[in-house]
Amino acid sequence: MFQDLDWLPEREDWASLADTIHHQEPREALDSFRLLANSRMDFVRAFRLDKMLQRYRSEHDLIEFLPKVRLALIGSSTLSHLHPGIRLAALRRGILLDVYQGIYGMYRQELMDPTSGLHSFKPDVILLALDAHHLAEAENADADSILVMIRSCWDAARDSSNCSVIQQTVLPVHPHLLGNQESQYSVSPAAIVTKVNALLRDEAPKANVHLLAVDEWAAQTGIFEWFEPSLWYRSKQEIHPRVSNLYGDQVGRILAALRGKSSKCLVLDLDNTLWGGVVGDDGVDGIVIGQGSESGEAFVALQRYAKGLSQRGVILAVCSKNDEANALLPFEKRSEMILRRSDIACFVANWEDKAGNIRRIAQQLNIGLDSLVFLDDNPFERNLVRRELPRVAVPELPEDPSGYVRMLSAAGYFETLSITEEDRERSHQYRANLAREELREKATDMQGFLRALKMKLTWSPFAGKDLKRVVQLLNKTNQFNLTTRRYSEEAVQALLADKDVLTLQLRLLDVYGNNGIIALLIGRRNAHAELELETWLMSCRVLGRQVEQATLNILAEKAREMGCAHLAGYYRPTASNAMVRSHYEKLGFTLLDTAEDGSTRWKRSLDQMSPLATEIEILEEDEYGVARDLQAAH
Amino acid sequence: MASQEIYKQLTEIFRDLFDDDTIVLTPETTAGDITGWDSMMHVNVVLAVEMRFKIKFKTSEIESLHNVGHLADMVETKLAVERRPAHA
Repeated sequence: MFQDLDWLPEREDWASLADTIHHQEPREALDSFRLLANSRMDFVRAFRLDKMLQRYRSEHDLIEFLPKVRLALIGSSTLSHLHPGIRLAALRRGILLDVYQGIYGMYRQELMDPTSGLHSFKPDVILLALDAHHLAEAENADADSILVMIRSCWDAARDSSNCSVIQQTVLPVHPHLLGNQESQYSVSPAAIVTKVNALLRDEAPKANVHLLAVDEWAAQTGIFEWFEPSLWYRSKQEIHPRVSNLYGDQVGRILAALRGKSSKCLVLDLDNTLWGGVVGDDGVDGIVIGQGSESGEAFVALQRYAKGLSQRGVILAVCSKNDEANALLPFEKRSEMILRRSDIACFVANWEDKAGNIRRIAQQLNIGLDSLVFLDDNPFERNLVRRELPRVAVPELPEDPSGYVRMLSAAGYFETLSITEEDRERSHQYRANLAREELREKATDMQGFLRALKMKLTWSPFAGKDLKRVVQLLNKTNQFNLTTRRYSEEAVQALLADKDVLTLQLRLLDVYGNNGIIALLIGRRNAHAELELETWLMSCRVLGRQVEQATLNILAEKAREMGCAHLAGYYRPTASNAMVRSHYEKLGFTLLDTAEDGSTRWKRSLDQMSPLATEIEILEEDEYGVARDLQAAH
Repeated sequence: MASQEIYKQLTEIFRDLFDDDTIVLTPETTAGDITGWDSMMHVNVVLAVEMRFKIKFKTSEIESLHNVGHLADMVETKLAVERRPAHA
């Protein structure tokens, strides 16, 4: 099940599109490759598409169009048959992947030896894929010492490469010797594997290692699909090629999450998606939802799943062809509804076409189209949105609503590496933002609106307790990001220890609540008494609220304290950050030069700079994340 | 010799796996005739054939494969066994 990526649409023009690709110019060809990678495929087709892509890449430089990531795949069994699935999964998410295949069975030597091929490859990510036979059948194998060995691999990977580490869990391929009480027999390979997997789940998060949970996937889709003894004896492939697309997609999800490319918002159709029937025709009492019928319960299950996603930070939106009043009725009148109107950050019900409405939802929420997932039971609407908005993910859905949840969760759009307090708060934050929008519409002038918000900007250096959130923001902010530099957690730790480096995390509070950390800055003092701003990023949620100006005021003060006379700013253009091209100009910096790729360098003297006027009060935050003056006020 | 239909399907599989539309299979074609047909690809060829025809090869059969004609004949034999009515 799901091994051909069943949530992706079948492409009938596969062969003809594949035929034309090698005549196309890079930008067009990449679009075609991405369309093909986003269609359903078995492993044979994936092999071919990957070969085509590899050949095209060898003839054309694609690096200016998509970011490149270097993945080293190391382990103890045959793994090279997994490359096509992984590369295509990366492309599916807009990443060009180079894969290094470790020498068969030599992963420890390669990790420990600084001159190895692994290290000269300079991986961004190392995926450690150890097979069950290798781990659990060694003489005197026991789970604790296996963990010690694995941890030493993580350390070695970090020490020499400073890269992200993904650890594959162990596939439960071994037969049981006892049966249901297998775990009581500690020397049984099956019991050892179970225990190693449990230990990995404890240890990996502590070490900031990300798990690739193949054991759970095998449990869901069937271990016999994943592991085939004859193939193991024949070619030492622990993972069957027929599940290589599913395996690759799992790796792709983690790579995307590492780069902040996971989806952020689930856009839901209403009629026959959230409930059965058409509310406009059947009336609010006629729609099917709730206990008492199979489909009524299936719709409840989807709502419950969506609610669960929302509670951990996924934004929910509605896009429905309906009169708005009708569309709202079930939310108001039907107590069986799990989702309430207040769970929906953006509610669009009208008779216009869905592609336009979805574009509007993205604008209102201030997120990119590639952060949206659109769920609709109607194949016509799905295809229309796919055609008009190829960056929006639109999963196939089975006809029977009881299969909706399974399909949506299998597609894994919302892969998340760790959960922060802010993720849980996010839905509330987006709703508060809409309340602010309403205030803005009512306020007659901008200054009056900003004043009425009673904004407070609190600052502190990057704080230990917020580090996960800081790293998450550094790696996923694409739009308001001047340099789009990415940092691993280790790299951020190194910054904190550096006396020449200034780090700032900023929170914005207002009458509607706490917006959380909304901006990050990293500055480095150079030998010319300049503070070089190597990172300045901000959440688009707080655009147009003078946060940039207030931030500059804080920055100027901190830079002076460090003995700097100038601020040096950089802008490096990417596909998504055109909105900040004039950022430094607006803040009164002087343009020094413009490079061929559009990068610009800027400078501003601190000598005569007086603070810019804003409607924002600035406060220093203490170690508990509470601004002192605020605390005093309560 | 196995049917034209089996050769047609095998050719499709080979063209996909090796991303080469010029491949023309004959009974005499061997691994040496097709660029990239190494032991790893051999495993993939066998799996793809198994999946396409919904048949299964024994390890000993795979080890004994020596050319495309042999492969096609084995596919034909296995399909014939599959299609034989259970009561015959």
